[in-house]
Amino acid sequence: MNPALVIIFGTIIFSSFIGVYAGRRIKMNLENWTVGGRRFGAILIWLLMAGEIYTTFTFLGASGWAYSKGAPTYYIIIYGTLAYTLSFFILPALWKIGKRYGLQTQSDFFVKIYDSRFLGVFVALIGILSIIPYLQLQLTGLGFIVEVASKGAISSRLAIVISFVLTCAFVYTSGIRGTAWVSVIKDVMMILAVGIVGIGVPQVYFGGFGKMFRLLIAQKPQHLIFPGTAAHMDALWVMSTVLLTGMGFYMWPHVFGSVFSAKSDKIIKRNAIIMPFYQIPVLLVFMVGFTALLVIPGLKNGDLAFLALVDKTYPSWFMGFVGAAGAVTAMVPASILVLFASTLLAKNVYQAGFNPKAGEERIMSLSRLMVLAITSLGLVFAIFFPNALVNLLLIGYNGVSQFFPGVVLGLFWKRVHRTGVICGLSAGIVLVAFLVFGGHDPFLGINAGFFALAVNAVVTVVGSLLINTYSHSPEAKYRC
Amino acid sequence: MQKGTKLASLVATIPFITLVFALPFVNRVEPIILGFPFILFWIVAWVILTPLILLAAYMLEKKFNVPDEEDKK
Repeated sequence: MNPALVIIFGTIIFSSFIGVYAGRRIKMNLENWTVGGRRFGAILIWLLMAGEIYTTFTFLGASGWAYSKGAPTYYIIIYGTLAYTLSFFILPALWKIGKRYGLQTQSDFFVKIYDSRFLGVFVALIGILSIIPYLQLQLTGLGFIVEVASKGAISSRLAIVISFVLTCAFVYTSGIRGTAWVSVIKDVMMILAVGIVGIGVPQVYFGGFGKMFRLLIAQKPQHLIFPGTAAHMDALWVMSTVLLTGMGFYMWPHVFGSVFSAKSDKIIKRNAIIMPFYQIPVLLVFMVGFTALLVIPGLKNGDLAFLALVDKTYPSWFMGFVGAAGAVTAMVPASILVLFASTLLAKNVYQAGFNPKAGEERIMSLSRLMVLAITSLGLVFAIFFPNALVNLLLIGYNGVSQFFPGVVLGLFWKRVHRTGVICGLSAGIVLVAFLVFGGHDPFLGINAGFFALAVNAVVTVVGSLLINTYSHSPEAKYRC
Repeated sequence: MQKGTKLASLVATIPFITLVFALPFVNRVEPIILGFPFILFWIVAWVILTPLILLAAYMLEKKFNVPDEEDKK
């Protein structure tokens, strides 16, 4: 029996078991299922946030970019740091509003703040449309990691189906609590894998990362500064991209929603302070990508760099460990994506849009039914339409980032009006679609999503001011 | 806005200045510091300093903001 296989399957099955176990003896209503009854303390919040942040992208994308594009990969450690800095100010205010009005999802927030069911449904739909490619990214990444790590013994499709069906099971039974518990396993394995490989490979081949960098500087100095080998990703692109993704980070419906599961705003605030430290493992992933460039140059697919180097350097059981870590690293974010997509569909699209009279229990069981539907949809996309990893993430990011003006102005600016937000959001989304799908990204050297966000913000503000001038109905009743 | 929040926001602009707007000016390999090319050293240094910056922001808020109703409970 191949030890890699045992480790990979063992981890996937054990994690799912823990996930299901997490929800035992808890009476599942929507409040417990989606936001953990708002009872998560510092440790669970930490696990949840760290769990959502390190996705398969951390393994494959960050090292792949370091390998094939070079310096533009630095954007990944920057944007998280900007996001945490913003979150220090935004999330505690958001939590308070959530607590006061019993909000569970991002769409709930828009409905309450702007007193508009239309906006709520609109936001929910954009959220779901952005979640699907992100979910697919996790699944495709999972299949890819497991297939490579098991040296083809487990096919990508089989890995995706097995682990995702199990993920679906623990989302169904335990909700967000399952995600938080499985995050424990994931964080430990992930940090071990990245730590061992990130510190290990420069040491093994060059006697330390300093020597590795010296060699790389001698051979390819341009690789290490912007724009690396990607001509359009110069400093201007990086600046606009980190601003866009930094603002978009907490606008993902699943990350936004998990804020409500905290016990207090203090927990959220203190968590924001320590979060930037979790960027250090990403730095180690860069090291792997750079080392791979020197040791195994010429890979066609940069996303393979991490695993190919591990394969060359370590015994096969360790490859299995990395594969297993990669698998749970996909399952945790996938579980919460499914959870929030399902709640959005059941509560914020079906109930809010079509059947306001539906009772809580009905919505709860419908949400669970939606878990099955979203899971199936994710599987179909992952198996039949797999795509390049990073580009998908950027498209999703462009979409959800457009919520930023509506959220921040809604929390802190008394004059913002729903009409302004609807116009701004629509303008942003239409521009993103036009620019990205029309091949105009980057636009004038800056990230197209950032350009759209700027237009969105201006339209939101000007629209709100115009409406206020003519209608005299400021909607300040729900503000902090 | 309360005085503490104002001061905290001011402090929190540091990561944005160093990690966004300064990038074109630090985009070089030399000097190599602690083994890192300069640009990467710069970024990593400010990422690691950001928790300290946020801690300072936290303490400023605590010192200068009047605790709100919910905090007193």
